Amino acid sequence: MDKMPKWADVILTPLISLILAMGISALVILAIGESPWMALKTMVEGALGSSYGWGFTLYYATNFIFTGLAVAVAYHASLFNIGGEGQAAMGGLGVALVLLYLPLPHWGLALPAAMIGAALFGAAWAFIPALLQAKRGSHIVITTIMFNFIAAAVLNYVLVNLLRPTGSMDPATARFPAETNLPALTDIAAGFGMVWGRNTPANVTFLVALAACFLVWVLIWRTRLGYQIRALGKSEPGAIYAGINPVRITIIAMMISGGLAGMMAINNVMGEAGRLVLNAVEGAGFIGIAVALMGRNHPFGILLAALLFGFLYQGGGELALWTSIPRELIVVIQALVILFTGALDNMVRMPLERAFLAMRRNRGAAK
Amino acid sequence: MNIRESLIAFIVLGICLIWAFADGPAAQQGIGSALRLMTPLLLACLAGLYSERAGVFDIGLEGKMLMAAFTAASVAYITGSAWLGLAAGIGGSLALSLIHGLASITFMGNQLISGVAINFLASGLTVLIGQNAFGLGGRTPSLTGAGRFQPITLPFAAELREVPVLGPIYSGLISGQTILVYVAFAMVPITWWVLFRTRFGLRLRAVGENPASVDTAGVSVTRLRYTAVAICGILCGIAGAYLATGLSAGFVKEMTAGRGFIALAALIFAKWRPWQALFATFLFGLLESIANLYPNLDLGIITVPSMFMNALPYILTVIILAGFVGRAIPPRAGGQPYVKER
Repeated sequence: MDKMPKWADVILTPLISLILAMGISALVILAIGESPWMALKTMVEGALGSSYGWGFTLYYATNFIFTGLAVAVAYHASLFNIGGEGQAAMGGLGVALVLLYLPLPHWGLALPAAMIGAALFGAAWAFIPALLQAKRGSHIVITTIMFNFIAAAVLNYVLVNLLRPTGSMDPATARFPAETNLPALTDIAAGFGMVWGRNTPANVTFLVALAACFLVWVLIWRTRLGYQIRALGKSEPGAIYAGINPVRITIIAMMISGGLAGMMAINNVMGEAGRLVLNAVEGAGFIGIAVALMGRNHPFGILLAALLFGFLYQGGGELALWTSIPRELIVVIQALVILFTGALDNMVRMPLERAFLAMRRNRGAAK
Repeated sequence: MNIRESLIAFIVLGICLIWAFADGPAAQQGIGSALRLMTPLLLACLAGLYSERAGVFDIGLEGKMLMAAFTAASVAYITGSAWLGLAAGIGGSLALSLIHGLASITFMGNQLISGVAINFLASGLTVLIGQNAFGLGGRTPSLTGAGRFQPITLPFAAELREVPVLGPIYSGLISGQTILVYVAFAMVPITWWVLFRTRFGLRLRAVGENPASVDTAGVSVTRLRYTAVAICGILCGIAGAYLATGLSAGFVKEMTAGRGFIALAALIFAKWRPWQALFATFLFGLLESIANLYPNLDLGIITVPSMFMNALPYILTVIILAGFVGRAIPPRAGGQPYVKER
């Protein structure tokens, strides 16, 4: 017998957790002497009040969809991939190498090529931790954290010593060729005769991200591989008994995860910056953890959670611009969301379960 | 110690000797700085040791240290007392420990996720409050005088300087450190004694291996684990306070710079044992010190770029984790909440 209906588990629990996280965030804002109401208004207006705000919100959300999906795919195999940051950074390197060294005449060709480059580099960066986890049992959490640091060092070295154009002091690559620039959502809207989101970095990658959500859903719930991933995640001995090779599935799941994280680079590196700079990922790899937790590791939930975090991110930027509240407020909110929806969710679930049990008993007694 | 560990010890000793031979006084300074750099690592590593031996994984060491560094620096600046700063640092770290305990012991949540959340919370709160209180972009103002822990000169340091070999070691390395360095080193035998020679230590280790047996014996699993998590908080607090009021003069945004994770790596390297933790953190301190002294290490044939030197501890950690330096088996009940049978 289920203790409570599915909708309560999937929607009500995260919603209450989110409200708790927001409530404490409001207290934090009060504690630093600002008005939570004003902060909320500034954030909503800045992020959702104009097509300009929406443009940025969607741009950030695109990043978070990729990193969120990355965390989720690994999580279904009960692997906790904290390495999204490093995998996305390496994905950026893949994108830069493809765009700088392959002559691609049109963005329509450059986009798939860059996607392959990004996914390959991201997957390669996830491969070693996956191999170590599968073959030697080294804890994937620690190895992926270490690989984040190593990726930062590798990128630093490559950008300073190898890819930096001569004469430039900036640790960044040259600009990518103009014909590989991705069309912005503004241009697409203009194609339909609309004026939308001018001067924002939101680009066609958002549509790729939506497609990725759908494909991940198909992968996890409609394919044999997805079944094997979930089976391994539920019970390793059970999976082995069913003839599933845990080494193989662990490595495949982590490489898909790394590939997804790497694909984030087509949004920020190819779509927005047009060149690879140091620290291009800006923490999106970590936000993916919160996004996946909030979205209950389901692509649709991840889409919603990514939009929420896109809103928080853009709203946080507006806060820093118009008030004296620093951007780091967003890190605190994010931490509280991870804490309440991830680590403390039993705090909400246990009383809820009790409430539903009591309700059912009452109904049974009334009959 | 087994053969492998002795071999590594031998190699590390070799590096020190060659360095001392080639560089003389610079090497002595370097090893002195290695001692200072290893201190927060050692404290955090022992902190993790208590927690993980009791079966609570803690990847939030980084966040606790960061929070402690911030509260210690703020209070030391406001009151002008490093000791009050230390107390505040321990308080800040303990508060986060309590959250971790609540999530992973009381509410049986995922300990890894809780640790991640704690790291974020510390990283955001320190800058948020710091900017709000001091308006310096998340830094605290520089600490001076009694706001910092000052080096202590041990008795006869000056007189013994002329004694060959032992003299420079005593006066240059052992003497002239801040009190928290001595505290950290003293914690090693204390931890060993507590864990392996007291009833509390026996129970603590048992609760990390087989909590059900402890429960059957009528000892509270919850209480033991909370105690371990609190000790972890206190030690992380000292580590953070040392970073901000001993090693440097004030708090800087993200000043822990991955030390919490290095401490975790050292803990695995040490296979959750105190004396080996001393050794493992010295190795990491030494690496950091070499990387600081020689940004681009010229080995004659090749020049090692600074990025490689900086990444070396992380690379080494991966190699250690891969089990090439001997298998590290964590406490058996680690990472799992204890659910009493209903």
